[in-house]
Amino acid sequence: MTGYLASLCGGLLIGLSAISYLILTGRIAGISGIVGRLAGGHAVFVNGAFVIGLVIGPFLYAQAFGAWPTVTLVASTPLLVLAGLLVGIGARMGSGCTSGHGVLGLARLSPRSMVAVATFLASGIATVTLLRIIG
Amino acid sequence: MSIDLRQPLAALGCGALFAFGLSLSGMLDPARVKAFLDLFGAWDPSLAFVLGGAVSVAMAGMVLVRSMARPVLDESFQIPQSRVIDRPLVLGSAVFGIGWGLGGICPGPALAALSLGLMPVAVCVLAMIAGMVIHDRFLSGRV
Repeated sequence: MTGYLASLCGGLLIGLSAISYLILTGRIAGISGIVGRLAGGHAVFVNGAFVIGLVIGPFLYAQAFGAWPTVTLVASTPLLVLAGLLVGIGARMGSGCTSGHGVLGLARLSPRSMVAVATFLASGIATVTLLRIIG
Repeated sequence: MSIDLRQPLAALGCGALFAFGLSLSGMLDPARVKAFLDLFGAWDPSLAFVLGGAVSVAMAGMVLVRSMARPVLDESFQIPQSRVIDRPLVLGSAVFGIGWGLGGICPGPALAALSLGLMPVAVCVLAMIAGMVIHDRFLSGRV
């Protein structure tokens, strides 16, 4: 399965995961929240298990489809460090990222999440456009 | 005291399903994510299909959530109730977007991509965790 259909099906599974986590544990499956709480030593078992699951997922995909998902790095390692720092700081400051705000926040019609998604889409597009101009 | 393993097991399963979905969607690939943000260049709309699919399922599931008095494995739902658009929300999201655009990575795909064993991804994840800790220790409540 390739192209937009694969993207749509993958998205459906992501949504199923996020809503299942909410129905089962009562918590929002926001990855930055889960990792941040884990780094802060809160609810280590549950948050740690989610992160281990995240790392296992692509293994299961490789088993099912006979090939690993493609990962093409688009930045040098120093730039990836800067990107990682900004993503980490920004996600915690903004109380969420593409999963918490993007998936569940929009599904809940949360006004905060709508503003967050519009803001990080705008600054992401601005950043890539700027890179295109100066690159 | 016995440790209730049901919540960690639920988290493990949901995490695996989440990353399986990410893998299928193509969004483990920073090049595809960056191409979505390259609106004025070689735009790839795939991420919109991913987000659309995910939000549709989650929105349908929210109907069930609203009918439940409590989650299956805990006493109460912990859903954010704030509706205040404040400075940390906007500034943080803007900073997040810059990092997202620079590297084509965000927390979920970055962690899932660790399974491929690429050193730059691991370094990026460490930087991301460092960023979270820096925020929680030094910046939280000061923006």
